[in-house]
Amino acid sequence: MLLEPALTVSGVLFALGVLGVLLRRNAIVIFMCVELMLNAANLAFVAFAQQLGVAGQIFVFFVMAVAAAEAAVGLAIILAVYRHRRTVDLQNINLLKG
Amino acid sequence: MALPPLTLLWVVPALPLAGFVVNGALAFVAPGAKRAVSLVGVGVLVLAFAAAALAVLELAQLHAAAPLVVRYWDWLPVGDLQVAFALQLDQLSAVMILVVTGVGALIHLFSVGYMHDDAGYARYFAYLNLFVFFMLTLVLGASFPVMFVGWEGVGLCSYLLIGFWFTEKINADAGKKAFIVNRIGDFGFLVAMMLIFWHTGSLDFMTVFPKATTTFAAGGPVVTAITLFLFLGCTGKSAQIPLYVWLPDAMQGPTPVSALIHAATMVTAGVYLVARCGALFALAPVGSATVAGVGALTALFAATIALKQWDIKRVLAYSTVSQLGYMFLGVGTGAYAAGIFHLTTHAFFKALLFLGSGSVIHAMHRAYHATHAHDDAQDMRNMGGLARYMPWTATLMWIATLAIAGIPPLAGFFSKDEILGAAFARGAAQPAWYVFWGMGLAAALLTAFYMTRLMLYTFHGPNRTGDREREQLHEAPPLMTAPLVVLGVLTLLGGALNIPLLFGGGARLEHWLAPVTDVGVAPAAEASPATEWALVVSAVLVAVLGLVAALRLLKPETLVPARLAPPERGLGRLLWNKWYVDELYDAIVVRPVMWLSREVLWKVVDVRVVDGLLVNGTAAASRAVGWVGSRLQTGEVGVYVVLFVVGVIAVVGAVVR
Repeated sequence: MLLEPALTVSGVLFALGVLGVLLRRNAIVIFMCVELMLNAANLAFVAFAQQLGVAGQIFVFFVMAVAAAEAAVGLAIILAVYRHRRTVDLQNINLLKG
Repeated sequence: MALPPLTLLWVVPALPLAGFVVNGALAFVAPGAKRAVSLVGVGVLVLAFAAAALAVLELAQLHAAAPLVVRYWDWLPVGDLQVAFALQLDQLSAVMILVVTGVGALIHLFSVGYMHDDAGYARYFAYLNLFVFFMLTLVLGASFPVMFVGWEGVGLCSYLLIGFWFTEKINADAGKKAFIVNRIGDFGFLVAMMLIFWHTGSLDFMTVFPKATTTFAAGGPVVTAITLFLFLGCTGKSAQIPLYVWLPDAMQGPTPVSALIHAATMVTAGVYLVARCGALFALAPVGSATVAGVGALTALFAATIALKQWDIKRVLAYSTVSQLGYMFLGVGTGAYAAGIFHLTTHAFFKALLFLGSGSVIHAMHRAYHATHAHDDAQDMRNMGGLARYMPWTATLMWIATLAIAGIPPLAGFFSKDEILGAAFARGAAQPAWYVFWGMGLAAALLTAFYMTRLMLYTFHGPNRTGDREREQLHEAPPLMTAPLVVLGVLTLLGGALNIPLLFGGGARLEHWLAPVTDVGVAPAAEASPATEWALVVSAVLVAVLGLVAALRLLKPETLVPARLAPPERGLGRLLWNKWYVDELYDAIVVRPVMWLSREVLWKVVDVRVVDGLLVNGTAAASRAVGWVGSRLQTGEVGVYVVLFVVGVIAVVGAVVR
């Protein structure tokens, strides 16, 4: 039940996240788009859990835990970059290259 | 006796090896400890001789018809190839170990005096001991690979000792020449060894030889190839045509080394090998004829060169090549006992001649050293009349000269006569041997001539050393003359080992060697006593003729010292230049190889291909790939993300489909 609409919403959210990551230049926005993709995946897990057992729901908790850790580390990096360069625009952050 | 027979045979080679280890250590730790070095160096040889004598006595008591093989450990267990490290004592190796340790001990003793003032004293004795170890491994080995270890080992020691005074380039070059020329021969040995394994499935003497008659067709191509390759090995080690060129140059080493390695023992390894493989040579008439023919040719050829050499050691070197030719004529004829007999007597009288020349050179060198002159201490033109100053050496060397010339009843007479007799007897069946016999006889004439020439120019006539130097000429110390005296006695009496039936002797050595040399071939028809007497008389006449001719024709009074001597002319110049064989080899082998190495292998293969294409090419290719990779690292996070997404889509697409 509701599997198909749920997956559709999940797919749309994921695609939005990807597009956001690809197209935006602000590091914070990109970061939020990554979160969006994680939650799109979570939605798909929950939707499948209805038919395939409780494992999908358990997985969601793992993803949330990882996302929390990622948020902590990622925001800390962004903050550090901002302090250093006074910007979070990725076009200006390109010192690491071959 | 509680132990099984000959369990302690390993002691014989182990003693010189221990001497090498101790002396080698002393050479690093305490090079000045000459007393300890002499004690160890000579002591192990004397003990080894005693051990060898005990082993041979035991062998004699057992009356063994088959060789006694003592296995020590498995050496090369590789598939079908099973080689054990095993030593074998039979009548043939018994003779060899007695000669090696006996003559070796005397020469070691002589070296104590001869090398006494040398800075490399400990190193010298270490090498000498190591040589004896390898030589004993060579003659005691019970299979081809074990023998090959000794074969290579003596080559190594020969190289080390020829170039013993390596600070002079000429000495180092002589060592290198010996080593490289021997490699060619060793290649033949290896090929023969592989052929033998290929066809008989074994490399042990005791397996191969009994199988030989059933495995190989008599006179077939395989056994002929094997014998010819084996003989190639012999020509290298035993200095026969075409590989004899290294031996005269080997005289750059210390004189006792020339006596031990390049006269008495190592160079006879080839004769030993042919005698050892008698079962194979008996099946290959072409191989045997080659051995005998090359032997006869070498005997004659080297004797002609010896006629016109001025360096006393070089005369003896060519004489050695020539006498080795006799031995090969003997073993190639199938007269193994005669060949080994000549090997033994030659070890006595040639060692005596070399040590005598060593004692002459020692005296000359000291005389020149005392007056700071730079004349050649080995050139006979600088000697003359030395008999007045060195009566012992002169007398003993005259004995050896008469022996090598073949004057009865000295040792060389019996052995040389036996070889010539055997060759003549074989001529009845194969006329080629008449030619070989004739060459041998001619070589005997030349031998008597050049040896008498050597003695005349060295010990008789007026002295040409120089007025101030003359007062410094003295006989060598007793430590050096004592071994000479022992060798002199052996030279006088050595013939008694094997007095042929013709003279009412027992041919004892021949009977002793019979279990080994009896390889299932009927000996050539015995010549009638009348023929034999005729042969003996002709041989003696030829020897006397050579002697008398030299005494009558050569005028030591007319000689001038080397630095005043005019250049040679005509045939003498040709002989003095050794028939230009070295120059010929230089032109057809050495120079092309050098050119190939320099112009092709170095400048093209090494510089262009190896260094340019492979080494630098690999580096350039890595750098290019790295450059392409580094272009992807733009530093733009957006680009990374795009690539990442494209990659994920590709992976997911691949998995889903």
